[in-house]
This record gives sequence, structure tokens and C-alpha cells, in this order.
Amino acid sequence: MRILCCVKRVPAPGAKINVTDDGLAVDASHLGFATSPHEECGVEEAVQLTERHGGEVTVLTLGPAEAADQLRYAASVGAHHGVLVATDGSAWDPQRTAAALTEAIRGLEAADGPFDLLVFGNESADSGGFQVGVRVAYALGRPIVNGIKGIEVDADAGDGVVRARREIDGGFEVYELPMPAAVGVKEGINLPRYPTMRGRLASKKLEIAEQASDAEPGGQSLVRLHRPRETVTETVILGNSPEAAPAVVDVLEELGVV
Amino acid sequence: MLLVVLEHDRGIMDEAAREALTFGRKLAAQMGAPLHAALIGADDAELVSEAGSFGAETVYTAVHEVLADFGPEAWGEAAAEMIRQLNPAAVLAGGSERGNEVMAQIAARLDLPMVANCLEVDLNGGAGEWNITRQQWGGSLLEDACLVSERPLLTSGLHTLAAERAEAAVEPVAQAVEVDLDPTLARTVVKDRVVLEAGVTLSTAPVVIGGGRGVGSPEAFAPLEELAAMLGGRVGCSRAVTNNGWRPHSDQVGQTGTRITPEIYIASGISGAIQHWVGAKASKHILAINIDPEANMVVKADWAVIADLHEVIPAITEEIKRRRA
Ligand SMILES: Cc1cc2nc3c(=O)[nH]c(=O)nc-3n(C[C@H](O)[C@H](O)[C@H](O)COP(=O)(O)OP(=O)(O)OC[C@H]3O[C@@H](n4cnc5c(N)ncnc54)[C@H](O)[C@@H]3O)c2cc1C
Ligand SMILES: Nc1ncnc2c1ncn2[C@@H]1O[C@H](COP(=O)(O)O)[C@@H](O)[C@H]1O
Repeated sequence: MRILCCVKRVPAPGAKINVTDDGLAVDASHLGFATSPHEECGVEEAVQLTERHGGEVTVLTLGPAEAADQLRYAASVGAHHGVLVATDGSAWDPQRTAAALTEAIRGLEAADGPFDLLVFGNESADSGGFQVGVRVAYALGRPIVNGIKGIEVDADAGDGVVRARREIDGGFEVYELPMPAAVGVKEGINLPRYPTMRGRLASKKLEIAEQASDAEPGGQSLVRLHRPRETVTETVILGNSPEAAPAVVDVLEELGVV
Repeated sequence: MLLVVLEHDRGIMDEAAREALTFGRKLAAQMGAPLHAALIGADDAELVSEAGSFGAETVYTAVHEVLADFGPEAWGEAAAEMIRQLNPAAVLAGGSERGNEVMAQIAARLDLPMVANCLEVDLNGGAGEWNITRQQWGGSLLEDACLVSERPLLTSGLHTLAAERAEAAVEPVAQAVEVDLDPTLARTVVKDRVVLEAGVTLSTAPVVIGGGRGVGSPEAFAPLEELAAMLGGRVGCSRAVTNNGWRPHSDQVGQTGTRITPEIYIASGISGAIQHWVGAKASKHILAINIDPEANMVVKADWAVIADLHEVIPAITEEIKRRRA
């Protein structure tokens, strides 16, 4: 199977998200970066599928040059190829991002043949537009379902079928997508592995294919980021040892939950 | 007209759709446009009248054999087809998983921008420019955005406003819209549904006992399980815990986990990172157990015990047993 995963580099904030003075980005000067969690699981799922069915995983990201780190991380957990569509690091709107990714995928498919499966996250962790995967899949004529938390590939059925599960209240739904197909996955579909020593070495050697895009901006533009207003809570300290237990149970009784 | 695309599951309206109607009613008033609704795959009289109770004047319905059950592509194309025929000034849906997905399908098909999870929408003096405040980071951060579009496609942030019926309910007109749908759209229609055992789930539990990295191992969750069981609640956890494989992801609270709403959340050994907090903050009360008095979870909690959770949790359990005896 040939599988393509789209991943986004995002900052990893702790207790608070700080915004830069111009309000146009998360202040990441003291932060690490990560792959958006749904997409990290997407890469793991793709690697597992190729371990079961054979094939190769290509990881595609659009972002600043540093987004190469996220491609290398993917390689350290089993992805085979990395492609970077380089930007100046500014936030690209969803339409523009989708257009650039579509163009990149078309190029990769023209060179090496079609991908059987495109894997997206359900939504990106930072901007959360809930649309890039759907736009790309539509532009490429592939069926796509979001919210996927389980995938099985039946390679023997016709051109291949992707059986995908989506959680609903009190159960799950099953979809059967004819391949070539696309999915938007959610964290929880699997437990991503940690890089091994061998994986780390492989990731250092990964050759990253770099591309540029001249996709035009779409209709949505970022004006300013800001933190929502939060109510300040006076925390009542019930104690500094297990002796606080009666005070805790008093609270539980007061709330009527005991 | 402002058109609200109603999410329903086999004829039962989703809360997100009620929220979108509520949001839409205010937006329609601001635009000076009538509020109408789109019902896909159903022409159920009850759904139509429920939409009316939220102020929808006309409910356009699309019924077709590929719309028999939910399918993102079929729903997206049916809604896009309605929009092509009806020419609404703006289109809105609820910001649920399906709501956002169907709106993205509509946006792709009409090649228009889409803005997800909006909190405030303002017509910026007309001329196709809109000022929008929307959620990023699952609601931990807000974005003021400018949208230039002749037909805004929006979703309203999930559970960011309470659904409210209109003061004067309307008896809406139901009007069928013919949609010509390609049978291949059936490729993403739900094929099967599996119902799992119902019971108290993390999102509905009245009490959640949360454990983070501070718990230390999968085995060390046993006392949390015991306390949760005693209170008819559920164990929740942080992403540090699921990443370590100590608990299944279905227990994870947060941006990429479950949003919880218990009467009380007892968060132990959890630092309270913003992505965890966003899933915990709708709890009615929070009690933190942490050895670090400066931890964000402690600072934001109503009550805290500054001590080792491995001692405090069993002591709470013992105290409850003592009082019950
Ligand atoms: C895009 C993105 C999405 C994310 N989504 C989520 C999400 O959905 N949910 C989530 O939880 N996280 C999420 N995270 C991860 C999040 O940023 C934190 O890394 C994580 O929540 C930390 O988990 P923790 O509090 O258990 O661990 P830590 O931050 O390591 O905190 C451990 C706490 O335990 C306390 N402690 C240690 N020992 C004891 C003891 N014996 N008794 C009492 N207290 C003790 C410490 O003082 C500390 O406060 C996400 C991150 C990113 C980048
Ligand atoms: N800059 C990007 N680079 C690669 N993939 C992206 C990028 N932005 C979004 N995606 C993909 O599209 C999905 C949905 O993104 P969004 O519409 O921003 O919520 C993400 O989970 C990614 O898989």
C-alpha cells in the first residue's frame, strides 16, 4: 500500500498559551514543538498498515523549514519518505493550505503513482479549521470520512476497501470506503510508538523533498489571537496531608455525591 | 436568508443543531434576514416543528435514497445543492463533529471559505466582509478573523451558548427541495452501527476521579478506581497517562480526549496543562490533589489538598467507608 499522511507542526504549550506582541502567533520562544496529536496517531496507523500489508508511508507537511523536525520524527517511528511544502512560517488559511497540499499530492502521484490512502487528522491542534482534509480529498476525488478511530484494510475486495469506525454516543458506526480513499483520524485510534535507536538513525538520514507553493490566500485571514477571559478562583486549601480526608468528604457530602 | 443546516440522527435533533438555530436567530436579526432551516434525509413533522420553535420560518427538506442514513459526502452534496437553488446570504451549522464535517464538504463543493467554531459574527459594514471571533486550540485560545466571502459558511462553537427556543414559536412551512444526487455518494454512507453497552460514561459521570503522571503506574490507579466506584463515578486521566499506555485513550480528558461535566472532578497528580484544562473546565467543581501548590490545576481548583495522592486517595475512601458504616 502507498499511504500519505498530512501532519502539521504545532507549538506545545503548558499551563498557558502566550501570544506574540503582534497577536499573530503563539509565542513559542520558550516552547517545544510537536506533531498535532491526531496526526501523530495517523502516522502510527499508516505505519501499522504497511507493516501488515506491505508498502510505504510518505509524510507531507506545510510549514516553516523547521517543520522538517516533524517529518524526521515520523521517520523515526517508521515513515519512509518526507515532503515539506515550505512557507515563511506565517499562518496559512485553510483554503490556501488545502490548495497547496492538493498540488503537492498531485505532483507526488504523477511521479510515483497514486496513493491508496490519504490520512489526515480530524482537525489540526492549533487553528482547528476542521476542513483541510475534506477539501483535499474532494479536490482529488477521493471519498473521506472524519472522526475515524479504527481502520481495517481489505485488500482483496475489488480495488480494496477501507473499513473505518467512528465513535458515536454509546457505540460506533462503520463505513466502507472504496480505495483509493481518505480518512480523518482521531487520537485513540492507536497508541503511537516511541522512536527506537534504529529509528532515530533512519530519521537523520531521511532525505526531505522540499517544494514551494504559489497557492493564493483564501477568504479567511487572521487578525489577532487572544486568550479567553477566565474567572479567577480562590482555591481553598483543605490540608497538607492525608489528615485532610474528612474535610474532603465534607465537601463531597455538601455536593451530595457521596 | 440565513440557512441553518440541521444535524439530526435518524430523526432526532442534535443539541448542536439547537445551538446553531439559537445562534442563527441572533445573526439573522443582525443581518435583517429571515431564518430558515435545511433538513437533510428527513421530512419529519416533529423535526420541522422543533425547528419552528427556535424561530425557523421555512424548513427546506431534501429526501433521497442515498440520504437514508448519515453520509458526509451525500449530506454535503445535498446541502450544497439546496444552497445553489436557494441562494442564502449565509449558512450555519452546529460545531459538532458531524456539523463541522458536513460544512467542510459544503465548502469544498461550493469552493467557498468556511469558518469553524465561531463565537461571535459581525457584519463589518456589509460588502461581504465579516468580523469573526472563533475558537482555536479547542477553545483555549481565541482568534479574531476577517472573512471575505459573498456567502459565509460558518459553524457555531459547540456548547458555547445554551440552546434557547424563540419567544414566539413559528409554525414553519415545510418545503421539499428536489436534489439530484449521484449514487456514488453512497460510498461514504454509514454501513453499520454497533451499540455498545450503555452505562455511566466519562462525559456523563457525576464524579470523575482523574489521575495524571503523578499516579506513576497502571497498578497505582486501583485506589482511584475504588473511590470512583464508591461514588458511582468514572476514572479519567491526562495524556501523559495514555501516552505511557497506563490507561486507554477513552479515559483521557482534554482537547484531544473527552470534555467532562461532573458535579465534581477530583484531579490528582495532574499539572493542569491548558489542553487538559479545556476538557476539565466545564466541571461544576474541581478538587486538586497535588504535591505542588503552584500547579495550574491547584491554582484553578475550588479546593486542593497539597499532599501525596497515594496517601490522600485511600484516606478519602476510608473516611467514606467509616461514615457509611
Ligand atoms: C496539541 C496538544 C494536545 C493535547 N491534548 C491533551 C489532552 O487532551 N489531555 C491532556 O491531559 N493533555 C493533553 N496534552 C498534553 C498536555 O500538554 C500535558 O503534557 C499533559 O496534560 C500533562 O499530563 P500530567 O498533568 O499528567 O503530567 P505532568 O505535567 O508531568 O504533571 C504531573 C503532576 O503530578 C504532580 N505529582 C507528581 N507526583 C505526585 C504525587 N505523588 N502526588 C500528587 N501529585 C503528584 C506533579 O506536581 C505535577 O503537577 C496535549 C498536548 C498538545 C501539544
Ligand atoms: N500545514 C499543514 N500541513 C500538513 N497537513 C495539514 C496542515 N494543516 C492541516 N493539515 C491536515 O489537515 C487536517 C485538518 O486540518 P484543519 O482543517 O486545520 O483542522 C490536519 O489534521 C492535517 O492532517
